[in-house]
Amino acid sequence: MTKKLLRKIEEGLFRSLMSLSTCIIIFALCLIVFSILIKGIPSLSFEMISQTPRGGFYFGREGGILNAIIGSLYLATGATALALAISLPVALYMNLNLISRKKTVNAIRFLLDLLWGIPSIVYGAFGFSIMIILGMKASLLAGIIVVALLIIPIMIRAMDEGFKMVPPGLTESSLSLGATKSEIAFRVFVKQCFPFIITGVLLSFGRAIGDAASVLFTTGFTDRIPTSLSQQTATLPLSVFFQLSSPIPEVKNRAYAAAVVLTIIVLMISILSRLISGRFKKTSIKF
Amino acid sequence: MNETCKIKVENLNMHIGKMHILKNINIRIPKNKITVILGPSGCGKTTLMKCLNRLTDIYPEMHVAGNIFIDDEEILHARNDITKIRKRMGLLSQRPYPLPMSIYKNIAFGLKISDRRKKKLLDMRIEHYLKQASLWDEVSDRLKEPASCLSIGQQQRLCLARGLAVDPDIILADEPTSALDPMSSQAIEKKFIELKKSYTIVLVTHILRQAMRIADYVIFMYLGEIIEQGPARDLFNNPREEKTKSYLQGVFY
Repeated sequence: MTKKLLRKIEEGLFRSLMSLSTCIIIFALCLIVFSILIKGIPSLSFEMISQTPRGGFYFGREGGILNAIIGSLYLATGATALALAISLPVALYMNLNLISRKKTVNAIRFLLDLLWGIPSIVYGAFGFSIMIILGMKASLLAGIIVVALLIIPIMIRAMDEGFKMVPPGLTESSLSLGATKSEIAFRVFVKQCFPFIITGVLLSFGRAIGDAASVLFTTGFTDRIPTSLSQQTATLPLSVFFQLSSPIPEVKNRAYAAAVVLTIIVLMISILSRLISGRFKKTSIKF
Repeated sequence: MNETCKIKVENLNMHIGKMHILKNINIRIPKNKITVILGPSGCGKTTLMKCLNRLTDIYPEMHVAGNIFIDDEEILHARNDITKIRKRMGLLSQRPYPLPMSIYKNIAFGLKISDRRKKKLLDMRIEHYLKQASLWDEVSDRLKEPASCLSIGQQQRLCLARGLAVDPDIILADEPTSALDPMSSQAIEKKFIELKKSYTIVLVTHILRQAMRIADYVIFMYLGEIIEQGPARDLFNNPREEKTKSYLQGVFY
């Protein structure tokens, strides 16, 4: 009898702890989103997202943050594409060619997790020091490369988690159909794990577009929309940062409006990728 | 044995670490017959199967020694063209592993006719193999749908069709009916009896009844050793070994 009661208490305790932590997370998220929306929506106007800063923009006069919106999209898209081109082959190689060397693969995974944890300012400083050695100036290209380095570990590990779950039986039966390793990689693994690849790309894109520290030194900041890879580029996080540090209240409020734009972009990318991966989920086999 | 011998295994030994999985295996598998490898779970049947099409290559912890001949061609130590060797054998595993693509592409995967102009030929071949696996009638109107939407029994027949599509002369079936209902199992068994005219079939099973129904030749394994092998009628009616006898009587410990 007491045993039964004890189990009931235990069950109740852990269940309430779980609901509590869920509530805390949801509450924190809502708090952030609402505070951005409340402060940002009033300053959000069409002018804000359709024009580049004019003279006196940073003193509260006319102009918008189109330079930062476009710059951020360029930067994040470029970095995600570059990172994908490197991460996908690495993740496939880890799970197809190195699968027999468990220790090596685990070491790689550990190193990637370590890289994941490194603050982005360190990547920025690293990129900056390389740029000084090479005599490069802050540019969109430099930013793309540094941000790609920052998100590669995230992307590889996200894809790796998917590839890890491919049952050996699927590899075996593909092999017995006379498939080569690259055919298995790109025709079987990629299709089977498409939702995981999308998740990896999404996570990385979110990180790439939201990171301020790594682009601080490497892409610089400008009021113009970049027309080539060698030009300096504005980014939304830095735009938020610069405006927020202004003493003028109107400019400060615009920082929140820029944050709203950033949040909406991430949300849109997220919804879009869910739609894409939903279409492919049907194809992958459940084991 | 008076039939022509298709697969010959000589002194095959396999270790995983210090475990001796297969102990001195010597078998002969006759051509165009159904050879059943019978034995309790964990006796090395599946492992033996993996040696035959060299899937052991992808597991470095497996050390294989000995010789396997297919049509007098040594395959176990051949360094060249493992894919070619594997394509001579269609594999049917314990549970179906359809590829994550459409039904159509599952079959086309092994056919390797990528030329767009040969689309008609490809369509014909796919229809042919699906009919051979008695799946055509059920899927002919939804070839473009993903293979994952088929039932397990249909998936297993799809895997059979896919295996036949690479044009093998041997079919390796590793407990192909263990995940299927009796109806689907029967369909597969019936198919095997039809197919043995043109293929050499090696079937691994622990189901005694299934072995009795379709076997021409039986190999009985126990704990990594070949206990007895011979034509089905002889082995089932007059088993020579004590262990075979008790397995057949169902009093196995």
